[in-house]
Amino acid sequence: MTVLVFTLVVWAVSTLAGFLGSLTGLGGGVIIIPVLSLALGVDIKYAIGASLVSVIATSSGAAAAYVREGYSNIRIGLFLEIATTIGAVVGAFLAAYTSTHIIAIIFGLVLMQAAWQSVFNATPENSPPIESDAWGKRLRLGGDFPVDGRRQEYGVRNVRTGFSLMFGAGTLSGLLGIGSGAVKVIAMDRAMKIPFKVSTTTSNFMIGVTAAASAGVYLSRGYVDPRVAMPVMLGVLGGAFLGTKALVNARVRTLRIVFAAVIVLLAIEMIVNGVTGKV
Amino acid sequence: MNDQRLESIIGNLLRAGVLISAVIVLAGGVMYLAQNASAQASYHAFVDEQASLRSVQGIVRSAAHFDSRGLIQFGLLLLIATPVARVIMAVVGFYLERDRMYAIVSLIVLAVLVFSLLRAT
Repeated sequence: MTVLVFTLVVWAVSTLAGFLGSLTGLGGGVIIIPVLSLALGVDIKYAIGASLVSVIATSSGAAAAYVREGYSNIRIGLFLEIATTIGAVVGAFLAAYTSTHIIAIIFGLVLMQAAWQSVFNATPENSPPIESDAWGKRLRLGGDFPVDGRRQEYGVRNVRTGFSLMFGAGTLSGLLGIGSGAVKVIAMDRAMKIPFKVSTTTSNFMIGVTAAASAGVYLSRGYVDPRVAMPVMLGVLGGAFLGTKALVNARVRTLRIVFAAVIVLLAIEMIVNGVTGKV
Repeated sequence: MNDQRLESIIGNLLRAGVLISAVIVLAGGVMYLAQNASAQASYHAFVDEQASLRSVQGIVRSAAHFDSRGLIQFGLLLLIATPVARVIMAVVGFYLERDRMYAIVSLIVLAVLVFSLLRAT
């Protein structure tokens, strides 16, 4: 394969990854890593570096638009980011002492269940807005977001559960490298009762910050190869832009199904990696 | 200063940062393809990247010499900086909003971020 063909193929795949990543709040790594490493035979280290670039590109590319549309909630994002980043440090420390392949398999199974819940056990889209509970009020986490041209207010509940889950999300990302976006969306959606579009867009904000924290390590170890990362970055940015446009008009039901599909993909990846001992 | 205004400033800043980094990566990419388009792509073995593309100083230096790979890497550096810039903007914004609680929250996030970036280099 020539460099030109490689670049074009990676660019096209990355556009899809950016589209799905920004739509679901999961980042593009779920697609980028297996396509690069399995289909195109790129060394896993370059694939991981490219995936890191893709997460930041999804996050920043989509966020520029989301923030202006008024979906993501910067208070929720920053508050929960404390738990995630501390969790990531703990996870990186634990990685030396735990057998990560068993964790990967368990995480995969948990994700399967979460995908099911997210589609078949969701709060109806037009149920009345909920009130913040005591912690949600104290931390002023509630906000409003656009629905059919109007701003709809929402409250935030179960802050302590959400905060603990975010700590878990960070620990997992420190242990396994990917998958923290999934836990972030699930924690906000399921535990904290935050509207789905706010959950995915706020997750988008958070994954960029989390990824930037580990970018230094990957860059200095030489994982970020400009020849691989270039088409990834350009493709993902374009895809994230399109995903943002699609999110605004998409029905929540559709988004949940796309989200569940990507989560199942991630779960299969996790389980396969765990079984083959690649994690 | 209120949340909405803060968010629109952060949004504009992000948009500018992302656009500039994309233009630089695209320029480096076009240069790289112009020189190597028909070469064989082989990335199946991890070669230790040349040191000049692994450190901030090295990247800036090779980008200043209009080396194609250095330019791409420099654009990627700018992209990596955008989330950091976002958190810095949040610290400043919440301070201007006189929202002490969230100024401190974003300061903690910034501290962890800077800590982990510095630890790597």
